[in-house]
Amino acid sequence: MYKYDNYDQQMVDTRVEEFRDQTRRRLSGELSEEKFRPLRLMNGLYLQLHAYMLRVAVPYGTLSGAQMKALGDIADKYDRGYGHFTTRQNIQYNWIKLEDAPDILADLAKVEMHAIQTSGNCIRNISSDHFAGAAADELVDPRPYAELLRQWSSFHPEFSYLPRKFKIAVIAADTDRAAMRLHDIGIQIVKNDAGEIGCAFYVGGGMGRTPMVAPLIREFVPLDDLITYSEACVRVYNRNGRRDNKYKARIKILVHEMGKDEYTRQVEEEFAHLKSQGIEPPLAELERIKPYFADPAFKTGLSDKIDRTDPDFALWVDRNTVTHKAPGYVSAVISLKPVGGIPGDASADQIRLMGELATEYSFDECRVTHTQNIVLPHVEKARLKDLFDVLDANGLSSPNLDTIEDIIACPGLDYCSLANARSIPVAQKISKRFAGSGKTAELGELKLKISGCINACGHHHAGHIGILGVDRKGVENYQLLLGGSEAEDTSLGKITGPGFSEDGIVDAVEKAADVYIANREDGERFLDTYRRIGMDPFKEAIYG
Amino acid sequence: MVEFLRFRDDEVSESPAVTVDAFGEQSNAGAVRIEPGDDARELLPHLAHITRVEVNFPVFGDGRGYSAARILREAGYEGEIRAVGDVAVDQIAYMRRCGFDAFEPEKAMNEADVKTALERWENVYQKTVDGRAPIWALRHGSADA
Repeated sequence: MYKYDNYDQQMVDTRVEEFRDQTRRRLSGELSEEKFRPLRLMNGLYLQLHAYMLRVAVPYGTLSGAQMKALGDIADKYDRGYGHFTTRQNIQYNWIKLEDAPDILADLAKVEMHAIQTSGNCIRNISSDHFAGAAADELVDPRPYAELLRQWSSFHPEFSYLPRKFKIAVIAADTDRAAMRLHDIGIQIVKNDAGEIGCAFYVGGGMGRTPMVAPLIREFVPLDDLITYSEACVRVYNRNGRRDNKYKARIKILVHEMGKDEYTRQVEEEFAHLKSQGIEPPLAELERIKPYFADPAFKTGLSDKIDRTDPDFALWVDRNTVTHKAPGYVSAVISLKPVGGIPGDASADQIRLMGELATEYSFDECRVTHTQNIVLPHVEKARLKDLFDVLDANGLSSPNLDTIEDIIACPGLDYCSLANARSIPVAQKISKRFAGSGKTAELGELKLKISGCINACGHHHAGHIGILGVDRKGVENYQLLLGGSEAEDTSLGKITGPGFSEDGIVDAVEKAADVYIANREDGERFLDTYRRIGMDPFKEAIYG
Repeated sequence: MVEFLRFRDDEVSESPAVTVDAFGEQSNAGAVRIEPGDDARELLPHLAHITRVEVNFPVFGDGRGYSAARILREAGYEGEIRAVGDVAVDQIAYMRRCGFDAFEPEKAMNEADVKTALERWENVYQKTVDGRAPIWALRHGSADA
C-alpha cells in the first residue's frame, strides 16, 4: 500500500497546523462561524444535531493494520468508543469536540491519514473497488491511478470553492463494485485495441434528489493525460455549474441541462488548451506509485481445500468470502451488519481487532467497502477457520454479505441535521424480521438501502429495494423503491406508491420479498425477477 | 491591519475598471472588472493593453474567479489581477496560486495572519500559473517544471 514520502507527510502536517490556527481563531471569536464553516468542512468537521462529527478520509478504502488500530484508539480517546464506516469508504466519529479536532488530525497524521476534503464544495476522497489488487477480474490495480488523483485533488487551488461537492471513483474491472457511474466523475481503467492502458471517463452521475447515471464522455484518455483531462472536466464545471440553487448545483445537472454533447465539446476544448500548460505529472510519477500496490508475497502451492465440518463456519464461507486471483487465497468480508445492529458501526475494540487481524491474516491490509463492511483482501484458505473463530468470539461473524440483512443506511435523524426521518431503527427492524423468519437465506442476493432524506447518502435509488425517509406533516414516513442497482447494470429504483409508517415499511418490504419468492425462475435474483415481471405484481401485493 | 496587498513593482493603476460588457464596446479601457458570471476569455484578444483586471468575489464561496484568473495567466496576461470583495486571509494562498497578485478585501486582514497564510505551504501538489515546481517535479528532478 501507498507510503507517504517526506513531501506527502509535510503536506498533511502543514494542514494540521493550518487547521489548528483556524480553530484557534474560531474559538477566540476572530473568525465567524460563517467564515469558519467551509474551512472546517474542508477538514471533515460537520456540526450535527448533538455534537461535531469528524469524517476521516480512507483513500480508495485501503488501510494498514496500524492505521485501523489508530482509528480504534481515536474512537476511545475522543469519541464514545465507536466509529461509523460510511458509504464513501470513510469513517465518521459522531461525538467530537471542536477543540479536540486539531489533536485528532495530528494523531491521524502520525499514521499517514487525514480528513482533508472529506466535506465541503471541493473534490472529495477518491473511492475505488474494495477488492482492488485481489479481484480475479481486474485489468490492473486501480489504486495507483486513484492515488495520483488524490494528490492532484488535494489542496487544489482552483477547485476548492466549486458549486457543490465533487466525487470521483476509479475502477479497473467490468464488474463495478464502486458505483462508478453514480459519481460526478467515474473512471474505468481500460485497454484499447492497440493494447494500451487508458481511462474511460463517465461524467455527471450522482444520487441525491435528482439521481442520474453518468454518460460516457470519452472512451479512452491516454494515461499521460489523466490529470489534464480531469482538470478540464472540473474547470468546465467550476465555470458553468449552477450556483443559484444548491439543489441544482451538482455537475449532473450541468451535464443534463447543457447536454452531454455540448459539455463534452467544452471539455475537449479546455483539454486542448490545458495540454499546452504542462500540468500533467510525468508517467514516471505513476511508475513511482505503482510498486506500493504490487502484489504481496503470496505463497504458492497452497491447497484450495476448506474444512467445512463446522456448519456455522461453512455458511460464513459461502456468504462472506469472495474469489481471489491467487490460488489458495480468498477475500474475506467482515460484516458490520449484525442482526438488530447499526449498519457500519464498530466499537473501538472491534476496530482495533480488525486492524490486528489485517496484520495477522491479510498482509497488513484491510479495506472499507461502500456497503459499510470491512474486507480482509488476502486470506489463506487454510487459515480461514482460525480467522472465523476470532471474529465469532467478537461479534463480527454475521454471515450475511449481500443479503437483505446487509443493509446500507445513512445515520439519519438519530444524528444528522439534514435528515427528515430515522434510518437506523428501520434497518434494525428489517434485519430482525428477516433473520427471525429465516427468509434471509431463501432470498439470496438482495441489496436493501435506506436514506433518511432526499440527499440519498444511504444510496436508496441504487438498492434492489430502496427506502427513503421523508417528513409528512411532522411525521416520519417511508417511501419504497424497487429495481435500483449500483453495479455495472446501473439502474435507478422506482417508487412503488404512497409511503408507510415505520412498521408499515417493514411489512411492505416483506410483501415485496414474498412476491419475488412466488414469481422467481431458476437462478433469478430479486432484481432479475423485478426486471422481468415489472412493478405491477409488487404493487398489487403491497397495496392490494 | 492590511487593507491592500500587492505583489508587483509597477505603479498602481488608478484608472476606473469597466465591466466586461462595457469593455466589449470600448475596448480601449485599461482596467476591467470581472463578475462571477463573466467569461474571462472575452478579454483574451485585448490583454496587451489591459493593465489591471479586478475579479470580484461578492461571496467568498463562489469560486469562479479562481478559474478566471488562471485562464488570464495561462493566456500570458502579465498585468495586475486583483481580488476584490469578500476575500479573506484563508483564501489568499490559493488565490496567489491562481495568478492573483493584488488583494483589496472588503474587510482588512490581520497582518500576522497574512504572513502565516502566504508562507505556510512550502510545497504544492499541482502545477498552476505561479511558477512553483509541484511535488511531482521535485520527485523526478525537474525543479523548473
